[in-house]
Amino acid sequence: MSNRSTNSTTKISTFILTIIYVVFALSAVAVFVAIGAFYQGEPIETTISLMAIGFITMAMAGYILFQSRKRMASLKTENPPVITTIECAKCNIKTTREFQRGDYVFKELEPCQKCQDQKQMITAIYREVKEKEKPVTV
Amino acid sequence: MLAQLSILTNQFGGTGDIVTQVIYGISLLFFVVFMFYGQRIQMYIMIREVENSLFKLKFMKDEAKKTAIETIKEIGKPSTDPTSRVDRYLDYFTIAPQSMDPAGIVNKLDHILDIRDARLKEEVKLMAPASDEVQVYNLENTLEAAMALNFIYKVVRHYYLQGKKTLSLYTIMQLQMILPLVMKEAEAYSSALKAFALGQPIGDGAGPLIAAKLMHGYEAKKVPKDCVVAKVPFEGRTALILKAEGPGGNVGKPGEAVKTVIEQNKGKIAAVIMIDAGLKLEGELVGEIAEGIGAAIGGPGVDAFKIEESIVEYKIPLYAVIIKEDIGDAVSMMRKEISDAVDKAIERVKTVVMEKTKEGDKVIIVGVGNTIGIGQ
Repeated sequence: MSNRSTNSTTKISTFILTIIYVVFALSAVAVFVAIGAFYQGEPIETTISLMAIGFITMAMAGYILFQSRKRMASLKTENPPVITTIECAKCNIKTTREFQRGDYVFKELEPCQKCQDQKQMITAIYREVKEKEKPVTV
Repeated sequence: MLAQLSILTNQFGGTGDIVTQVIYGISLLFFVVFMFYGQRIQMYIMIREVENSLFKLKFMKDEAKKTAIETIKEIGKPSTDPTSRVDRYLDYFTIAPQSMDPAGIVNKLDHILDIRDARLKEEVKLMAPASDEVQVYNLENTLEAAMALNFIYKVVRHYYLQGKKTLSLYTIMQLQMILPLVMKEAEAYSSALKAFALGQPIGDGAGPLIAAKLMHGYEAKKVPKDCVVAKVPFEGRTALILKAEGPGGNVGKPGEAVKTVIEQNKGKIAAVIMIDAGLKLEGELVGEIAEGIGAAIGGPGVDAFKIEESIVEYKIPLYAVIIKEDIGDAVSMMRKEISDAVDKAIERVKTVVMEKTKEGDKVIIVGVGNTIGIGQ
């Protein structure tokens, strides 16, 4: 049930898509008629008007389609990788790996590969964020 | 038709060729339409904006529910489909106690919150019978985040539909104005959900992480409720380090715990220092440390009240150290900046202890926050 509702939320409505495609077709027709009018010796104003109508509607339909797709893309949240830092208290070796379910800070893990007798420990779990915001200068 | 339009535009002062007259006619039409329907058009634009946000909220809410159900199935191994129970859980509500006569309201609120907590935990245990105590805490946190998203979606939808039904510009306008803040909070809950489901530390865990670092290697004893305390030598003083018991998603009841520890020491405490994640203002850096006075603890206020009551009774000074972060960072996976700020915060706590207490004194250091993914 939840899958169905999620899919319906992430799809662009068929109705809107149909309208966009119809507008695209009509604007293409307007451009062709403008070209025809030019070769048939119609006044230049008619050609320009039809050409303008064709391109403007085409641009508007394209913009609406682009916006709809952008909205869909904005719904998907990105999950940056979560890093687990593992340390050995005796030889101070620090390693990192991707987070695994069951990890927690100060969890004891298997003995250190170097000094063998000391158990390794998780000392930090974090995610690194690439800052999108511009630094504040005021 | 063009000839008729030409005559019409000529009557309203339009001159020139047919293209100019068409443009003139269209601008006249726009003028008339905006004069009579301007406000309505503005309202439709706002409705459209609210609709877009509502669409996003619905997506977040559905994803949250899906994640919660998948996690319950994966961890709890239920014999039946937990969907209907999750649906019921998402609609749970809590009624705040009556405040006409405010005397004793804190205890009433505390009691109601205890009942709520116990009820939700029982429900999670029924949904996920194979889960251990830590997993129950994490699942409860996951479901609470899904519950918050469900509630936000329903409230926004209510005002959207009401505004649309009554065509009230002011209802829609108010909703549209607060939506950026509502969306920020919803996005925070949405990213928190994955962290809760996997048991990863969150930004709010900065306080417990500092406390855990200070108490690690020393014997930790349980104190009511859901907290642990360890006696640690600290700069020539004795520090009683307190935090919620981890690594399950748990904030404990630091108010109760501080009161118990103060009473166990017969009030002979030189200072109480609280460490918590604090909301940063725009322009401030994540992980900045700030110092102040008072009970650094959020929530409904019960714990802050109990701590204040205890310190006033024994005249104990109360200091606060906060690690700055925004609401999104507080409930989502812990950022590196926050994890790195731990050592700086410990240094600041040391400074406070050295400046405000004498050698041989006893101090209480409390790490406040959700201890998910943080042991001790």
